[in-house]
Amino acid sequence: MQVPHLLSVLIWLPILGAVAVLAFGREANSARWLALATALATFLLSIPLWTGYDPTGAVMQFAESLAWIPAIRSNYALAADGISVAMIVLTSFTSVLVVIGSWGPIQQRVSQYMAAMLVLEGMLIGVFAATDALLFYVFFEAMLIPMFIIIGIWGGPRRVYATLKFFIYTFLGSIFMLVGLIYLHMKTGEFSLAAFSAANLGSREQAWLFFAFLLGFAIKVPMWPVHTWLPDAHVEAPTGGSVILAAIMLKVGGYGFVRFSLPITPDASQEFAWLVIAVSLVAIIYIGYVALVQEDMKKLIAYSSIAHMGFVTLGIFIALALVRENANPLGARLGIQGAMVQMVSHGFVSGAMFSCIGVMYDRLHSRMIKDYGGVANVMPWFAAFMVLFAMANSGLPGTSGFVGEFMVVLAAFQQSPLVALFATFTLIISAAYTLWLVKRVVFGEVANAEVAKMKDLDAREWIVLGSFAAAVIAFGVYPKPLIDLMEPAVLQLVQQIGLAKL
Amino acid sequence: MIQFNPDDLTTLLPEIFLLGATFAILLVDLFIKPDRRDLTHWLSLAAIAVTAWFVWQGAPAAGASVPAFDGMFLRDGVSTVLKLFVLLTTALVFAYSRDYLRQRKLFVGEFYLLLLFATLGTMLLVSAGNLVTIFLGLELLTLSSYALVALNRDSPISAEAAIKYFVLGSLASGMLLYGMSMIYGATGSLDLATIQSAATSASPHRTLLAFGLVFLVIGATFKLGAAPFHMWLPDVYQGAPTSVTLFIGSVSKLGAFALAWRLLEGAMGGMSEHWTQMLALLAVVSLAVGNLFAIAQTNLKRMLAYSTISHVGFLLLGFVGGTPDGYAAAMFYMISYALMAAVAFGMIMLLARAGFEAEEIDDFKGLNRRNPWYAGVMAAAMFSLAGVPPLIGFFAKLMVLKAAIDAGQLWLAIVAIVFAIVGLYYYLRVVKVMYFDAPDDDAPLALPRDRGFRWTLSLNGIALLALGLAWGPLLDWCNEAMRVGSSIAP
Repeated sequence: MQVPHLLSVLIWLPILGAVAVLAFGREANSARWLALATALATFLLSIPLWTGYDPTGAVMQFAESLAWIPAIRSNYALAADGISVAMIVLTSFTSVLVVIGSWGPIQQRVSQYMAAMLVLEGMLIGVFAATDALLFYVFFEAMLIPMFIIIGIWGGPRRVYATLKFFIYTFLGSIFMLVGLIYLHMKTGEFSLAAFSAANLGSREQAWLFFAFLLGFAIKVPMWPVHTWLPDAHVEAPTGGSVILAAIMLKVGGYGFVRFSLPITPDASQEFAWLVIAVSLVAIIYIGYVALVQEDMKKLIAYSSIAHMGFVTLGIFIALALVRENANPLGARLGIQGAMVQMVSHGFVSGAMFSCIGVMYDRLHSRMIKDYGGVANVMPWFAAFMVLFAMANSGLPGTSGFVGEFMVVLAAFQQSPLVALFATFTLIISAAYTLWLVKRVVFGEVANAEVAKMKDLDAREWIVLGSFAAAVIAFGVYPKPLIDLMEPAVLQLVQQIGLAKL
Repeated sequence: MIQFNPDDLTTLLPEIFLLGATFAILLVDLFIKPDRRDLTHWLSLAAIAVTAWFVWQGAPAAGASVPAFDGMFLRDGVSTVLKLFVLLTTALVFAYSRDYLRQRKLFVGEFYLLLLFATLGTMLLVSAGNLVTIFLGLELLTLSSYALVALNRDSPISAEAAIKYFVLGSLASGMLLYGMSMIYGATGSLDLATIQSAATSASPHRTLLAFGLVFLVIGATFKLGAAPFHMWLPDVYQGAPTSVTLFIGSVSKLGAFALAWRLLEGAMGGMSEHWTQMLALLAVVSLAVGNLFAIAQTNLKRMLAYSTISHVGFLLLGFVGGTPDGYAAAMFYMISYALMAAVAFGMIMLLARAGFEAEEIDDFKGLNRRNPWYAGVMAAAMFSLAGVPPLIGFFAKLMVLKAAIDAGQLWLAIVAIVFAIVGLYYYLRVVKVMYFDAPDDDAPLALPRDRGFRWTLSLNGIALLALGLAWGPLLDWCNEAMRVGSSIAP
């Protein structure tokens, strides 16, 4: 079955749903059910995107185009390749779980919360579907508004500081990108990404553009040393906000590298690949150690996210070195595939970890590790899930966390065994901080009377954690459908970065 | 010698009608009882609507410029676009002000008459084809504005603002006149088109022209409110009754834009290599002063005044290329800004009650809990002013940045965005106060009785979003008007 204008439907359905939630959601429960219905409908509609994507056909499918601003030749142009499809399905899947997960914890101004979440979902799908740079930028920036509100209203005690920092930091990065986009528009006369990729750019131009993009996307990923907004934002955000932030918003950065930096400035990307690789390794190792010493569970997972996203940037940029310096397109393919699988997998794992912390926080209202201990004794089911996700976070084979990291390490090894060696450190460090967290929180004697009173998962929490667990195991055991889905896009990308523009 | 041609009266019909209507309203207002003053209100709105209809109806065909009275008065695409928005924003001022004025016992006929005269002056200014018409329109606008600022006679702060405005405004008018006299001395003409063909760098009176130009730039940017000629702006914005601030922040800014464009492009287009540099410098200073000083403000009207200065900085980016596309971007910016300012000042009036001005940022505390809809409207205005998509303010910024980059002034664009980030902070602070802070008083907001006000304000807020999603037609309209307007000149 083909839904016409599927991508538009996926973007606007949640936004219209949000309007409906605001209009008819005066009762908290009607807001919740309406939001759930919208999110579920969006998720169900996103499945045909996956099943309908024809890997033998054109790379970009489901294309739509409508003249938006003829004067500057900007179009409302949408299309999806395998990478976009994977990201869109991940977004709609996570959004459903976030709506379910926020059912109990959010009691204040429910309709606004649900509406903000749905608007955010629409914006995120728009980012992954836009093939017009201006349209991309509009979605890219506009999604800051709902997130700003979500952290600011429903967040923790330092929420105002955290949300202002989040907004200004990310705005700072992206607005330089805007200058780059306007420059490219001046060169090409239009805003389509295809024209940007085909633009003939000199090495100095490419270098400036590369850094403009790097600033925008590196802050979003976030990469060391521009990551400092993330721990604050995560700690203060409500659980649902953290889940969306970690599972999807960070992926926009990685996606941006693949959509903008690599095809538009391939030569500058290659020239400065060493920089990104070095920074990624710092993220993987140094941020891993930083995670080790955290006493706040959310902060720990936030730092762990930064470290794991290091694999995404590493995989993307090691591919450049492979294809250019070693004429090894197969290795490059592996690197990019690994990075993309890691993006999806980290979406599930980090979303699940933040949901787990949310479950505990709802019971004890503390995120501090020292307040917990022996949770397994009172919440056996929860403990089982938490341990599973912890294993996935430390990259245990059989979970999705293993696949992407392993592929990236394999690719890195073909370029430089030394890089691979540093990257594999993560297996030790992430195991250390995650398992130590689990040991202190889940296992041992029941720490105090508060913990003893904790109740095991209710049905809604079961659905959320169970869905995440199913996804983590499914993609860990059999990642092939995901890899096949992204194959044409990855091959095209490898071919694009292989061609010098100079 | 000016030949009288009856057709010229047709060209001038909207202005003539507005003048007649204003006199009629003056007479009507004299003879009605104070409690029937609503009649003046509706008559004024009707006069505005009919004038707009005349402007629209008699708009010259695309590409044409219809002169009247020997080129004293021009009716072209630019004047049509600007006049329609001048009339629209004037109507917004009327629609937003009625309850506010009534609560302050300022609901008097003078407000309507002075505003109508000021609007007439703006329309003349917009259509001016001659230095004399420019000055005539400008003085009609500013003299009415001085009186409007002092409308609240008993308030010392209003009186101070009015005197400051008057003294500094007269100084600027003097500068402008002085510059005009030099231009006249060098070219021997007051007609803009004649001046344009004579005033080039190849002219024998280059030095005199350059001096004249400097005074024109100062005069025009003073009226726009660009730093360092911005001293009057914060005091006037704060001291004037909010409805007058709204007028000065929207309608008269559109007029000031027309003034700058007619003078700089219309008359001095041949010397653009000189004034673009001056404007680039003024843009940087305005961006810095406006954004940095706005951070320190706790009074919302004052903050918006400094924000205006920074917006003028952005507006000037459109001028630095000296191209029709750039002017179109600037005009698009000014129109968007007028609409955003209307929402922001309208919200201040919405929250104001008798004896309470709601002009401190803290007066918006917890608005989201008291009335989520109007908190949303104000948030739309703030995000739009900050330049966050998908609101219209972002696209206006996009177009002027594009104009600067197309003009090869990449550094200017980068300075502008750095200050846009600074500016983001104080707009977000208003959103923060409304959404994240607890209100002092949890009771739902007492809304004004005037349903027309509430609906118009809501529509105005929705327009910021709707125009952001579909800004193509407005941009096309500006582009078309400018391409024609600027192509008259060689």
